[in-house]
Amino acid sequence: MKRNKTKLVPVPSKAMIPDRDVARAPVLECINLGITLGGIKAVEDFNFTVGRTEIAGLIGPNGAGKTTVFNLLTKVYQPTTGTVLLNGQDTHGMNTVQVNKAGIARTFQNIRLFKNLSVIDNVKAAMNNEMKYNMLSAILRLRDYRREELAAHHRALKLLSIFDMQDMADLRAGSLPYGAQRRLEIVRALATNPSLLLLDEPAAGMNPSETAELMDSIIKVHEMFQIAIVLIEHDMSLVMNICEGICVLNFGHIIAKGTPEDIQSNPAVIEAYLGRKK
Amino acid sequence: MTFLNFFINGISLGSIYAIIALGYTMVYGIAKMLNFAHGDVIMIGAYVCFYAISRYKLPAFVGVIGAVLICTILGIIVERLAYKPLRQAPSLAVLITAIGVSYLLQNSALLMWSSNPKFFKPIIARGAFKFFDGQLSISHITILTIATCVLIMIALSVFINRSRLGKAMRACSEDKGAAQLMGINVNATISLTFAIGSGLAAIAGALLCSAYPTLTPTTGSLPGIKAFTAAVFGGIGSIPGAFLGCLMLGVIEIFAKSYISSQLSDAVVFAVLIIVLLVKPAGLLGRMTQEKV
Repeated sequence: MKRNKTKLVPVPSKAMIPDRDVARAPVLECINLGITLGGIKAVEDFNFTVGRTEIAGLIGPNGAGKTTVFNLLTKVYQPTTGTVLLNGQDTHGMNTVQVNKAGIARTFQNIRLFKNLSVIDNVKAAMNNEMKYNMLSAILRLRDYRREELAAHHRALKLLSIFDMQDMADLRAGSLPYGAQRRLEIVRALATNPSLLLLDEPAAGMNPSETAELMDSIIKVHEMFQIAIVLIEHDMSLVMNICEGICVLNFGHIIAKGTPEDIQSNPAVIEAYLGRKK
Repeated sequence: MTFLNFFINGISLGSIYAIIALGYTMVYGIAKMLNFAHGDVIMIGAYVCFYAISRYKLPAFVGVIGAVLICTILGIIVERLAYKPLRQAPSLAVLITAIGVSYLLQNSALLMWSSNPKFFKPIIARGAFKFFDGQLSISHITILTIATCVLIMIALSVFINRSRLGKAMRACSEDKGAAQLMGINVNATISLTFAIGSGLAAIAGALLCSAYPTLTPTTGSLPGIKAFTAAVFGGIGSIPGAFLGCLMLGVIEIFAKSYISSQLSDAVVFAVLIIVLLVKPAGLLGRMTQEKV
């Protein structure tokens, strides 16, 4: 009986916004978002709402269109249909850089750090928009250069220390162990001051103890910065433990939305993952 | 003592190549394209400088600054009009476009200023410092060239390694997509790279023509090719590599001219290049890119 009630939520639902957020506008609203790639509707009718301080999960079998959704949100692809509202503002016509300035930051499924830059330079490169000094003061090392660089340096170290990475600051990013590279990507994304953080398979390739550590770090980031986080993840223990709302995609369509408990018992989800019961 | 003289002249020639090569190597590092029109920007810079100094009798430094400004703008315009629309195109198309731009600039210069060589008035007074009873003489322009090159190298490495725009440039050179998603404006960064490279080309043009005063519309192409060669020699994409490669190329060229034959000097230079690349395909300081399989 209960199961049928929570199955398939077709429109953006306030139910997914945690109670403490209801008074304010959601940070992200996708309305009928869709894209056609090479004649195939990679994502269609994607309606999805993320509350201001929510941790939401985006799950689904491989090829379901999860990363495509991230690419749509960050304007790597321009959507063919639908609207994305970020903090109530329409992102139509914005490019990647503008969307980032407006508050979306992301990590990548396959790590895309600036491998030959040092760890701290990776973080500082992401703070580019914050600093305003010009070329001349950089070459002559004038006061505004020194002041802004120092501030950025301290902030970068502080961000790194969330993940206990401050001691690695001067290492080359490409030389870090795998898990540390994944964490550095999150730090780099946080350096752009996002209000919405998109994590694309943050635990991919991690062992259970690393995953547990990552989970703690994500919760820590969430509590420190009070931002919304959407994560794509295949590790169900991670998703079920930290996500407040979950959205399940299959073949570019949302097949279920709800709390972790709802999703775990949802027949459509079970079918998508395990196949139809014969 | 003549050896030392040749050596210093070689360093000076290498310094000019180094300033040119910076433009090649930075653009290659960030936009992943070979801007073959770079040599012709040198020529335009030299002409601007020539007209400012000889025709309008402006002081030399005004001429150089004017040339830098005009070449910077020219660099940005060329990038906007010719290369930006081809950002997604295969690299061969961009290469052909660059060669096209090179001919466009050369022929425009030919139309505007004719093929008659102009005699370039050096940007500082001719003369030389003499040491050891005149056995060793170092001309003013040689000293100015080396000093300028060292200054530019230091300023540029501070800028690239320490500043926010420098970090943005390095980030773009590694992964444009990721850089964009971290809020770095890739197009502006590429424009900036072209602006810096072209501005430096103007300085190189003024120095080159002060040392070798005949100015024609093709003045820039051979030094351009050689600087590009030197950048490959040092490891393209690497600024210290370009610097080292250019100094070595300059010294080799002068030695070959002095001790072997002035006609064969270019052949010797390129033979050395081929040998180095056979031994170290990535160049002296170039990083081999390893593909993970």
